[in-house]
Amino acid sequence: MIGLRQNDGAGAMTLELDGVTKVVSGRTHIHPTHLTLERGTMNVLLGPTLSGKTTLMRLMAGLDVPNAGRVRWNGTDVTGMRVQDRKVAMVYQQFINYPSMSVYDNIASPLRLMGKSEAEVDRAVRKTSDMMKLTPLLSRKPLELSGGQQQRCALARALVKEAGLVLLDEPLANLDYKLREELRAEIPKIFEESGAIFVYATTEPEEALLLGGHTATLWEGRVTQFGPTPLVYRRPADATTARVFSDPPMNFVPCVKRGHRVSFGDHANAPADGPFAALPDGRYMAGFRANHLSLNAHSGSAVAFPCKVAVTEITGSESFLHLNHGADRWVGLVQGVHDLAPGTEVSVWLDPAHVYVFAEDGALVAPAAYALAA
Amino acid sequence: MDKTVNQKAWFLILPVLVLVAFSAVVPLMTVVNYSVQDTFGDNEFFWAGLEWFEEMLGSDRLWNALGRQVLFSAIILAIEVPLGIFIALNMPKKGVWASVCLVLMSLPLLIPFNVVGTIWQIFGRVDIGLLGHTLAALGLDYNYTNDAFDAWATIIVMDVWHWTSLIALLCYAGLQSIPQAYYQAAKIDQASRWKTFRYIELPKMQGVLLIAVLLRFMDSFMIYTEPFVVTGGGPGNATTFLSIDLVKMAIGQFDLGPAAAFSIMYFLVILLVSWVFYTVMTNLDKEEAR
Amino acid sequence: MARITLSKLAHSYFPNPRGEADYALKEMDHVWEDGGAYALLGSSGCGKTTLLNIISGLVRPSQGRVLFGDRDVTDAATAERNIAQVFQFPVVYDTMTVRDNLAFPLRNRGMDAAYVASRVDQIARMIGMEAELGRKARGLTADAKQKISLGRGMVREDVNAILFDEPLTVIDPHMKWELRTQLKSLHREFGHTMIYVTHDQTEALTFADKVVVMYDGRVVQMGTPQDLFDTPEHTFVGYFIGSPGMNLLEATVEGNRATVAGISLPLGASYGAQKGRVQIGIRPEFVSLTAGEGLPVTVRRIEDVGRHRIVRADFNGTEINAIAEEGTPLSPEMTRLAFAPDRIGVYADDWRVAPQGGQMGRAA
Repeated sequence: MIGLRQNDGAGAMTLELDGVTKVVSGRTHIHPTHLTLERGTMNVLLGPTLSGKTTLMRLMAGLDVPNAGRVRWNGTDVTGMRVQDRKVAMVYQQFINYPSMSVYDNIASPLRLMGKSEAEVDRAVRKTSDMMKLTPLLSRKPLELSGGQQQRCALARALVKEAGLVLLDEPLANLDYKLREELRAEIPKIFEESGAIFVYATTEPEEALLLGGHTATLWEGRVTQFGPTPLVYRRPADATTARVFSDPPMNFVPCVKRGHRVSFGDHANAPADGPFAALPDGRYMAGFRANHLSLNAHSGSAVAFPCKVAVTEITGSESFLHLNHGADRWVGLVQGVHDLAPGTEVSVWLDPAHVYVFAEDGALVAPAAYALAA
Repeated sequence: MDKTVNQKAWFLILPVLVLVAFSAVVPLMTVVNYSVQDTFGDNEFFWAGLEWFEEMLGSDRLWNALGRQVLFSAIILAIEVPLGIFIALNMPKKGVWASVCLVLMSLPLLIPFNVVGTIWQIFGRVDIGLLGHTLAALGLDYNYTNDAFDAWATIIVMDVWHWTSLIALLCYAGLQSIPQAYYQAAKIDQASRWKTFRYIELPKMQGVLLIAVLLRFMDSFMIYTEPFVVTGGGPGNATTFLSIDLVKMAIGQFDLGPAAAFSIMYFLVILLVSWVFYTVMTNLDKEEAR
Repeated sequence: MARITLSKLAHSYFPNPRGEADYALKEMDHVWEDGGAYALLGSSGCGKTTLLNIISGLVRPSQGRVLFGDRDVTDAATAERNIAQVFQFPVVYDTMTVRDNLAFPLRNRGMDAAYVASRVDQIARMIGMEAELGRKARGLTADAKQKISLGRGMVREDVNAILFDEPLTVIDPHMKWELRTQLKSLHREFGHTMIYVTHDQTEALTFADKVVVMYDGRVVQMGTPQDLFDTPEHTFVGYFIGSPGMNLLEATVEGNRATVAGISLPLGASYGAQKGRVQIGIRPEFVSLTAGEGLPVTVRRIEDVGRHRIVRADFNGTEINAIAEEGTPLSPEMTRLAFAPDRIGVYADDWRVAPQGGQMGRAA
């Protein structure tokens, strides 16, 4: 029985997905995927609902068998291996605990199944419950606890068996906003201490950014990009990745470069600076994030776009402006409280250094200049 | 190791397969055998082809029994389904009374069929039965052994008493799965009680209702013990339903050939109806899942 | 449309409540103005759903009165109150088409068919579903169903108020944007009184003109999103709003200086002597990492959230967060945190202390 414990084998511990594919009833849920996850890394699977995150995690865990491709752990092919033999831990969105057992017994259960002595079990349980701040609640039943505490118990149970691979499927989605923030801040700490491979699925770009590590963006069963999180954020490989990894959604405007000028949409015209300078003439899609729109021209090279306000949303210190630029709908995130009435004509400024240039088919042609500098 | 799926499961169901083969498939084949042959006893069989089937299809006796049966099943369903739904809607959902109700509703279902028949047989007797005696005392001319209408009425009431709980319990389970928010929304939309039933409760109960109707139809179509114990098929052949007639033919008259042919056709009718129900049910499921 | 008044309202789920702890809603007097867009914000169990259900009539309060305009509706059933409610899970009548779903409340009141048809068309256009009017409601996506729920709520012209109970819970993040802005536009256009219950501060702040923050069954503050952000009246409001929330430090305050663990910090205004547990609070947006003057801290982690970075620092065991805008340089020599003096609030026993004298404590 090949155990996937952290300290197995000498040197690197890697999970490799080699051309893994999943087809169900004729529909491809996962297109051939190649991914290599390294030991001691946090890997985020980011994508909208039904993009394949859960399916991919199940393939990694061994709960599902791929129709094609191999899954390798430390070089050994484990594709057909049952999940019970793999020492994988999984945490779900719904807080899943054994309702009739106390928190202590819940956390102890995987160790007891492994046949550890009571002394070892006790030590491990106490260490993990300290880490998850559950020590005062050890004798209670899960249903007596709050949502956040139940999820901590599920997390503790996943961590205590020191599995080599820990899978978390949107574990914080059912929690209140603030609780989510708190638990999310704790997860990186736990992760650092454990040294396993963590895989975390989420639909929110902000969560991916906060967790750090590496991110794989998924869209309709395909991994569009995989790399260090800030890199995937700042240098998306294509428009799809940029769309998935932006909240508020990325704004796009078609643009045409002719000679030394670039015209955006129907209105704005600018010198072909920044990322446009080296491009051949032609039609492109310019993409930029909401927080790079501004109500005043910060830099000399900023381009003005006349827009009409559709609706404004205030979040206390910032404002979301929903604008109509011709037929396009843009979202801008600006500092300060600007309660603009719907219908107001307003000019918004954009520095070309913040613009990503994509070809019409979505591939990245030139990343934003500011991203290259960072 | 290439697959996590293995074939060990087949061995686990082998005993069941053997049992089913022995108790169902083999006798069925025997009946088919009888239905295409003729015998005069002494274990001598002559090939008769479809002769029995033709005879049965042409026989008035069979069509009459079928007619009675269909009428019976229709009446049963028409009474039991609405009554069952009504009871389910009014059963308490929480608290002590909910448990008490559930127990009371389950009791009739637990009684063996011939005991049910016997209970009602005695119950309806004019001399010692509570029902019969009361009706006679009220001046009503009630006698289930002489009067066809009374016989039918007694059997129908008996069946309703026996089986309505099944529908009620199934619908009750279906109703439990409706989240409170739907009722609240209906209140907010100012929907009347009837509309709440029609648009919220009935759609959610669709699945269970279909199962309930299928079960009741099949059972009532095959009914044997209860009417047999109460009236024996009488008076005359007023309550001789299909299975009673079949048994009379096969065992009473020992006409194995026609009886076997009759059985096969009976079986096919039930199979057909069940298949229709099943198709409807799975279509509904597919729609739900979408 | 109506003005909703809650008078001496309190509610306990126990038949014989003994102390304050038994009350899910502690006694309150509150007015919801006609045509206002309100958000009820708080964590799970703070009483916001109870309050919503009391307004809609699904729960009868154990104490106090509810008035719609001048009419006392405390004893009135839900159907008579003429309100609309959108629930967490889309509630649609599966067997009916979208058109029939929207028409349902009007048909129940016996309105005439021509009127019903025109109103349904109008609402369908508003929620962007005119193309799907003929489809069965069953097969639609979650956000389409929520739009139908919303439409069904708005189809009655004389609806007094529209109540939302965490309606975007099951919606995908990128659809949330669309629905939120649609709700806001609808409010602007039609002016219904809308009360939106949520635990998500972004939803609350972006939707509402006035946010009511609840904590432990009590209304802790009501104000515009800007008010709540700039001057939280209670430490809970400071913590709950803002991501990350307000930093709180134990301090002693004298005049216009605060002393935190022996270090003196300037305040934007003068304060008198304080009783009880005194803390100063400052939002991470106004804390900056610097190599110059400030509180000495150990930087634990710097998180890059794209448009800004969050600096998580530790000061003697207390966590302090700072937000650095994109492009602000951060280097290892910066080991101190500077606080913008006019953004520091003073709290005694969790409640904000007003500064002495004329100065308002915040630079205009």
